[in-house]
Amino acid sequence: MRVAPSLDVSDLPSVAYGPRATLWWGVVGMLMIEATMFAMLVATYFYLRVTADTWPPLGTPSPRLLAATLNIALLVVSVAPMYLMHRASWRSDRRAVALWLAVGTLIGGGTLVLRGFEFAALNCRWDSHAYGSVLWTIVAMHAGHLVSSTLENLLLALLMIIGPIERKHFVDASVNALYWYFVVASWLPLYVLVYWVPRL
Amino acid sequence: MSLAMRAPRPVEEAPAPPPDLRATLARTWAEPGGFFGWFMNVNHKSIATRMIVTALGFFALGGILALLMRLQLARPESRLIGPDLYGQLFTVHGSTMMFLFAVPVMQALGLYLVPLMIGTRNVAFPRLNAFGYYVYLFGGLFLWISFILNVGPDVGWFSYVPLAGPQYGIGKRPDVWAQLITFTELAALVAAVETVVTTFKMRAPGLSLNRLPLFVWAMLITSFMVIFAMPAVMVASLFLATDRLVSTQFFNPAEGGDALLWQHLFWFFGHPEVYIIFVPALGFVSTIVITFARRAVFGYTALVLSLFATGFLGFGLWVHHMFATGLPQLGLSFFTAASMMIAIPSGVQIFCWVVTLWGGRLRFTTPLYYVLGFVVIFVVGGLTGVMLASAPLDLQVHDTYFVVAHLHYVLIGGAVFPLFGALHYWFPKLTGRMLSERAGKWSFWLVFVGFNLTFFPMHQLGLMGMPRRIYTYLPQTGWTLLNQVATVGTFVLGLGVLAAVANAAISLRRGAIAGDNPWDADTLEWSTTSPPPLYNYAHLPTVNSRHALWTRTPDQPVVTGLRTDIREVLITDAVDARPDHRQHLDGPTVWPFLTAVSATIVFVGAIFTPWAVVLGAIPVFIALTGWFWPHRSTPLPGPARERLRP
Repeated sequence: MRVAPSLDVSDLPSVAYGPRATLWWGVVGMLMIEATMFAMLVATYFYLRVTADTWPPLGTPSPRLLAATLNIALLVVSVAPMYLMHRASWRSDRRAVALWLAVGTLIGGGTLVLRGFEFAALNCRWDSHAYGSVLWTIVAMHAGHLVSSTLENLLLALLMIIGPIERKHFVDASVNALYWYFVVASWLPLYVLVYWVPRL
Repeated sequence: MSLAMRAPRPVEEAPAPPPDLRATLARTWAEPGGFFGWFMNVNHKSIATRMIVTALGFFALGGILALLMRLQLARPESRLIGPDLYGQLFTVHGSTMMFLFAVPVMQALGLYLVPLMIGTRNVAFPRLNAFGYYVYLFGGLFLWISFILNVGPDVGWFSYVPLAGPQYGIGKRPDVWAQLITFTELAALVAAVETVVTTFKMRAPGLSLNRLPLFVWAMLITSFMVIFAMPAVMVASLFLATDRLVSTQFFNPAEGGDALLWQHLFWFFGHPEVYIIFVPALGFVSTIVITFARRAVFGYTALVLSLFATGFLGFGLWVHHMFATGLPQLGLSFFTAASMMIAIPSGVQIFCWVVTLWGGRLRFTTPLYYVLGFVVIFVVGGLTGVMLASAPLDLQVHDTYFVVAHLHYVLIGGAVFPLFGALHYWFPKLTGRMLSERAGKWSFWLVFVGFNLTFFPMHQLGLMGMPRRIYTYLPQTGWTLLNQVATVGTFVLGLGVLAAVANAAISLRRGAIAGDNPWDADTLEWSTTSPPPLYNYAHLPTVNSRHALWTRTPDQPVVTGLRTDIREVLITDAVDARPDHRQHLDGPTVWPFLTAVSATIVFVGAIFTPWAVVLGAIPVFIALTGWFWPHRSTPLPGPARERLRP
């Protein structure tokens, strides 16, 4: 029997990072969804602002800045350990990945505490008017992302410390860094929107 | 050929495939059997088949509601169905058809066919795929159980505020609709990401993007549309739910909210939604036209670019659903122009198909009948679409049966006819049996005649002023005769669908054996057995043109060197499909099912209390941890250099 010639792929690696990996594409797909969702919140904010007579409504002071500004500084700083984790994941350095994930988890916990104070600093309730509703929704939606990405960091850190791991788990860690970058980057415009646009 | 360009070395003569190759693959890719095995299955064909069957089940249920509505309207002042139930009927009918039938069935065919058409063994994230199916299933059951309990939404499938808002939307009915959106859009987004990643990264060597089958292009573009459109409606339904549950004020004008915000957000999703349903259908049409014209497609590039153009323009039309809301005239003109512009890519495609058919040697099979039926009906629907794009005409017939006629012409004509063609076309591949051509043509004519009998008179009814969504009318209106014609048409249409179901049921057991490629088609899925084995291909194929099987040479290389003892697939680069690395895919597990169950508890609980989101997050987190945590009992067998000791 004649056999078709073959394209032998047995020499190819069984793990790849970055855009070569399917997981990277999956996470980018998820980030596109999340980014669109945030864009819809921003569009809603401006739509309500255009239709409102005064923004914020009369008698509602603008949100206080202290907690939020501390928090955004902490978020920006948190990129450094996540980047170090990212680098460590490329060289499959289990100790370093575990260490920086643990640091990332602690920072994530810190940002969540500060986020709690942010709600108190919004100077309005979610049910008093549409301005309050959109502010609370934006801050809460982003807080949801902080919670989920911090839990992911925690889970991966535990996996790196105690779990039976394979090379592919370093790919998981590397795309987790991508998700954290997104959580930080998406907050930059949202922070300006929530805390500075009412002051315009 | 570009195959030899990189790392993998093409070997002159491969060693003969070991005789037990298929047995090994079958063992490796086997899914657990039995009752509990059903909840663990992660094979893309099993999941997609369930999704197709589920979607067709919802299609039948939605159809039954349509029959009930037509019975009610068959005579004036009918007392058969009261206004309260009628409101639930048209809302559940529309929501079922859009969210539980049309979008899922298209995505399901994509999830079944795309991995086969691009020559791989499964989708990129098999467990996520299973999760998406369960979320969809639970969402559908949730809507229908609510409906049976008399809590079916009754505010129309687009659930406008203030009618759906806290002030007028009584009980929990609008909340059921809002959470249906959460379920179905989550499932749709999962399927979209699956399709995008699978298409970009798992194509057979040689299947560069410029050779991609038109159906795969259509699913890829549809998936991107899902990714950019669905978040809008998820945000909108979140606002609606929180307005109703915790008194946010998004849509309350008294507190700075705005009811039109709902319409903007909804239609920013809602119009692309139409194309999310329609673009896959264009993929079916292209595939069927190529096969039965037996020639290379005319204007491949034009067809792909038309799909892109439709995808982009679909996002610029949403305001044409809002012409009657008193928006500024200049804005309306822009949306009129954009709405008319979308006729251009549609026209380009119609012409490409006509030229392909013109130059082909046609075989008039049932799938081609459905495609030709599509061309006729869709052109009619397109013409009324161009009419409705004009703001003055739209104002005249807004919310009348003219719009009902138009939307059914474009959705049934534009999507359901190609879908029926596709189901007839791929039935042999899915089941291994041929459908009866005779029964197929009978059912086609019943469906075609029944459809036109039902919906054509509605144009006239609309022009005569009959509003949509009324549960009855007076005899003096003069609408009786046309309504009776439409009701008769519905039953003819239903008979045609029953004939197709009977054809499928009988052929499943007694149909002629199909063989691998009964239609002499050109795409890869026809090169494997019918139905395909769990692993799809013994050796992954390579591709040397746009019409893979028609130009396949006797010594066309196959991919070797993938491990067969674990679930390994070949990952290729996104544009040229050059082999890049091998990847291990996850096997069967029950965790996606458990995650979907815990998500369902959150979604349903959130109708009653916001604390459901907080407390319900705990089981979701536990289920996700179980999903991702590697199991010591089943370590991945692999070369030592790739294993790390804990």
